[in-house]
Amino acid sequence: MPTVGRACLLIALAVAVYGIGASLYGARTGRREWVASGRRAVYAVGAALGLAFLLLEVAFARSDFEFALVGSHSSTTTPLFYRLTGMWSSQEGSLLLWATLLSAWSSLILFLTRRRLREVAPYATAVLLGLAAFFVGLMVFLETPFAQASPVPAEGVGLNPLLRHPSMMIHPPMLYSGYTLFAVPFAFAVGALVTRRLGAEWIRSTRPFTLAAWGFLGVGIILGARWSYTELGWGGYWAWDPVENASLMPWITGTAFLHSVMVQEKRGMLKVWNVSLVLATGVLAILGTFLVRSGILESIHAFGASTLGTPFLVLIGVLIAGSVALVVSRAPDLRTEHRLDSIFSRESMFLLNNLVLVGICFVVFWGTFFPLISEALTGTQSSVGPPWFNRYIAPLVIVLVLLMGVGQTIAWRRATLAGLRRTMLGPALLALTVLGGLLVGGVTEKPAALVLFVFAAFVVGTVWQELWRGTKARRAMSDDSLPMAVVSLVRRNRRRYGGYVVHLGIALFFVGIAASSAFQSARDVQLRPGQSASIDGYQVRYDRPTGQVVAAANGGLERIDLGAVMSVSRDGKAVGTMRSRRSFFPSQSPEFGPVSRFFEGETTSEVALDAGLRRDLWTVVSPDINKLLPRVAEGDRVFARALRSEALSPAETANALGVAVTGLARSYTTAPPPATFRLIVSPMVTWIWIGAIVTLLGGLIAIWPAPSGAPGRVRAAYAARVAVDLGAAAGRPARPSTEMPASMPALDRASPS
Amino acid sequence: MELLIVLALVAVVAVLVTAPLRAGRAEAEEEAESAERAELDAAREAKYREIREAELDYRTGKLDEAEWRMQDRRLRGEAIELLRALDALS
Repeated sequence: MPTVGRACLLIALAVAVYGIGASLYGARTGRREWVASGRRAVYAVGAALGLAFLLLEVAFARSDFEFALVGSHSSTTTPLFYRLTGMWSSQEGSLLLWATLLSAWSSLILFLTRRRLREVAPYATAVLLGLAAFFVGLMVFLETPFAQASPVPAEGVGLNPLLRHPSMMIHPPMLYSGYTLFAVPFAFAVGALVTRRLGAEWIRSTRPFTLAAWGFLGVGIILGARWSYTELGWGGYWAWDPVENASLMPWITGTAFLHSVMVQEKRGMLKVWNVSLVLATGVLAILGTFLVRSGILESIHAFGASTLGTPFLVLIGVLIAGSVALVVSRAPDLRTEHRLDSIFSRESMFLLNNLVLVGICFVVFWGTFFPLISEALTGTQSSVGPPWFNRYIAPLVIVLVLLMGVGQTIAWRRATLAGLRRTMLGPALLALTVLGGLLVGGVTEKPAALVLFVFAAFVVGTVWQELWRGTKARRAMSDDSLPMAVVSLVRRNRRRYGGYVVHLGIALFFVGIAASSAFQSARDVQLRPGQSASIDGYQVRYDRPTGQVVAAANGGLERIDLGAVMSVSRDGKAVGTMRSRRSFFPSQSPEFGPVSRFFEGETTSEVALDAGLRRDLWTVVSPDINKLLPRVAEGDRVFARALRSEALSPAETANALGVAVTGLARSYTTAPPPATFRLIVSPMVTWIWIGAIVTLLGGLIAIWPAPSGAPGRVRAAYAARVAVDLGAAAGRPARPSTEMPASMPALDRASPS
Repeated sequence: MELLIVLALVAVVAVLVTAPLRAGRAEAEEEAESAERAELDAAREAKYREIREAELDYRTGKLDEAEWRMQDRRLRGEAIELLRALDALS
């Protein structure tokens, strides 16, 4: 079957190259049948890659070690869930996932726009197929996922233990979905620039894909943060790691784009800015993949590093040069249709918010690539750490949260003083109340966090006010009950209220980040069983050590777990029992002895977490194994002698090894050395996850298609038809008018109610 | 067996991808007309959304009545132009 997989890749590559040619030929000559053939080439690439993906998944599920990739990234003892998701822990499998997702989204957008964007779509098809051809080309010529193992091993190496975490296995497909979905607006922006069709049509058609990309990438980033918090054993959720940053940058520019395109849709402004943003987002998405795959920057994602740097650099170079050339050559067509009427307008707020977001992205970019920049300038590689990032990003985020609130209260074109007073007074009073409460509560030692809390309260106030006033207006126009009015309001204005829910989620998210980072307490303590340590009102008692050997499904030894059981109390009241452990997975390297290999392989930490809305108590134990090392070395010598003398059969050796390792684990519990504990109390971390869920919910509301406003073709005066269509969309009977629009009744007055 | 699967795949892909070339121009022209209608339909829906949003801005206090009426008049005028263009296609 590896042969069929390789054939699928070859077919996909050949069809992609054909499709590029057919689309461009059809676009240049106006022969629509060639354009349609190019579009079908995208479907065919999607089908071929989908089949290749399925073949590899089946091989992983069946532990078919004829596929070399399966043997190197899975094993018969790996649980089915991790076998099914193990593909993208490898370089080759990741490339296949990337290309498959890209071709799936490409097929979907081209199917949906098959009757629209006639001039733009063929060029977008060529761009999408070009990207697909690049990734398939990498698999065909450099890193095939369908290499055949020779000889076929009886057992595989297994999945990297660090990746055995549910969110970690969903995290890569989410990130890759985000990256590949951003290719859609990128490709259509290129098509719009080439054809000079630079209105808002391409933006409207690709908007759901841009939103979906933003949502998937956001979910991927949050899952990565959650994995870091609960699995990596350092106690944080964001380390400003280069690969984390690489996924954040396109998300930030994508966020900016989602705001600024509204200005173009409504006012025909910011066209240069919008195409530049979407092109930059597409390039940054490729850059994100490049950073994981190239290994040019030191990262916790080093397991993904490889030698694909050069082809990626060439691709990124071509994309940047092509994008700049297109934007510069189309500058006359990108002239704005209107000018800003006033600094106090929603478009001004969007522009400011865009500048802040791009500023944040620039800081992240500079900090991420600083090791390379410093090496190029000084010959010495140096890097910047979290304090550097926080120093510049925190003030920008505070401004961003303020703009988020103000932007929701301000009208398009020009806001009047009376209008600002009407819309800002309530939220401002709420913010001042929160400020007063925080000052009375003594939260004054971290001014930046204090200001952020106040601005976040302002955002919450504006969202509440918008929802309340909108519901009131809805009820004035209909007989809906209060809950129904809310549902109807949101359902009929999904973009607007989805956006408000997103802002609410982002405000909660930043409150969680500010509180947990500004008011965190952390301690590293060494304890013997029976001893206690206190932190921020908690008393943590080390009750007893734990030690066990965990067997794999095939009866072999999977890992040794050494841990601790702790009892926790707060202000004298029992909170509960917490358990943490360090798992030691055996190394596969032959340089280590049969016993010592258990302490030379990968290790993972099982964090003990008591999470709550107010604060999290996070602890992890680091067992001291030094006391065990003499016995480990002795075990290695005994087994080496036995193997040399062939005194034991392989089965007897395995049994004896099990007994020896179990004895080691038991000795750790009977004569435990002091263990080191990291204790962290972080306020409001849970609000980060709640904020992310609310944000995702808002994104889903915004992306959901709006109900159609046209029930059918009405034969009446045009003005009356507009009123009829709008009345039908608002869910109320419209009173058609034959007057011209200037004298048309207001929408609410069109209703008998 | 594997060779047969590969040959079948190549044949299916070739038939699928070249189908429009075999169907000729008539189908392509029909597609072109419906494409123009679809674009106008989408533009009309977007205009309707703008009208509704302007009204909601007025209802939630962001726009005063005079400003809203001015915007509403302009947007409805643009919607009428789109309806005329749609009718011209019929």
